[in-house]
Amino acid sequence: MPRTVIPFGPQHPVLPEPIHLDLVVEDEKVIEARPSIGFIHRGLEKLAETKDYVEFVYVAERICGICSFIHGQTYCQAIETIMNVQVPPRALYLRTVWGELSRIHSHLLWLGLMADGMGFESLFMHSWRVREKVLNIIEATTGGRVIFGSCKIGGVRRDINAETIKTILKDLDGIEQDLRDITRVFLNDRSVKARLCGIGVLSKQEAWDLGCVGPMLRASGVAQDMRQQGYAAFKDIPVEPITRTEGDSYARCAVRCEELFQSVQIIRQAFAKIPDGEIAVKVTGNPTGETITRTEQPRGEVVYHLKANGTKNLQRFRVRTPTFANLPAMLKVLPGCDLADVPMIVLTIDPCISCTER
Amino acid sequence: MGYFEMSKLALKWALTKPPTTRYPFEPRKALAGSRGQLVFTKDNCVYCNICAKKCPTGALLVNRAQKKWAIDRLRCITCGYCVEVCPKKSLEMTTSHGSPAVTRDREFH
Repeated sequence: MPRTVIPFGPQHPVLPEPIHLDLVVEDEKVIEARPSIGFIHRGLEKLAETKDYVEFVYVAERICGICSFIHGQTYCQAIETIMNVQVPPRALYLRTVWGELSRIHSHLLWLGLMADGMGFESLFMHSWRVREKVLNIIEATTGGRVIFGSCKIGGVRRDINAETIKTILKDLDGIEQDLRDITRVFLNDRSVKARLCGIGVLSKQEAWDLGCVGPMLRASGVAQDMRQQGYAAFKDIPVEPITRTEGDSYARCAVRCEELFQSVQIIRQAFAKIPDGEIAVKVTGNPTGETITRTEQPRGEVVYHLKANGTKNLQRFRVRTPTFANLPAMLKVLPGCDLADVPMIVLTIDPCISCTER
Repeated sequence: MGYFEMSKLALKWALTKPPTTRYPFEPRKALAGSRGQLVFTKDNCVYCNICAKKCPTGALLVNRAQKKWAIDRLRCITCGYCVEVCPKKSLEMTTSHGSPAVTRDREFH
């Protein structure tokens, strides 16, 4: 059987961001996938040498347009660790709330994109309808829909008052009901299952060996979630990782669906326990030292390495983003699949290429 | 495995008003707390240059001698840092986004 090379991307209807794959196919079966990335490299890590470490929060937030808040939060946590800053507890709780809201909107975006990828247009629109409600909460509390800009070194910029908390909790009830309606279709519908079940199976051992993170790892049965480390308010709010054992595309979808409800519960708990007090402390001086900080993004674990030498600019700034960790696993599961299943497999790692290339 | 899982949702929304607004006939209402556009009030300003120094994108330009304050709207990321640091409270962030910026020309005040 002759082999053909089919280019997939960087412009492709299922890809919101550019990644290129050379798919070597034999008949309709993929034999090999050769990736190439680097289409949208922006050199953000180099920018740390010229930007003030306080201003750099804005750059860190812009690494990714979807998990923007948690990027900013991780950067702030890293600087706070180096400078031994004690962040007020209320600020930690607010960071947790915004982090979980961003997880809900990211997962809903992904569910919509996946429905769109399989041609289920109405489900895509329903997912994004609910996402809009979450974005409205985010905009009302932080001022931005996608780039929150509410996290700063030493705390947060804005507070949420008791009245707004009540409104958010009320809105969350409606959102939870909507989520139930949508996820029931994702998890039970025959046509969705036909596109997802048994596609792109990754075993537990393979997921662990290839260094997967986030829902990709948890869908293969490894219970690992960086929120268990207890950063921000997670020391008071226990998080149990949601896992599945199948390791296929359906399991990855199911993990994300269940995480939506988990995030809603975390926000409720955070609002129930939120203490009164200051939302930020004044930070003076320049950082000196080196640190590694890990947090849980919607797509998985993100690792920040920062090195500061006592000047206002950082000496070294390095980010290992979740999609970068999940790409080897995607290349592992692509060989052997049908050509028609390639978009589904690529989407189930929740690719965020602008994160990966920074 | 279920059949017609989507039908309940589809029926419900077939009988409900659309959740989308009819833009541009019905403009979007700005949410309270939204970061829309930076507005400068000349009266209080002492042209101290702090806002221009702190601006992460270098969108602001202050000339103390000529008493001029300028903004490049296409560079401004509406982060609100200048509003935070302004000692005279002459900068304000409105909830409305205003008209879109189309040129790189600085707006002088």
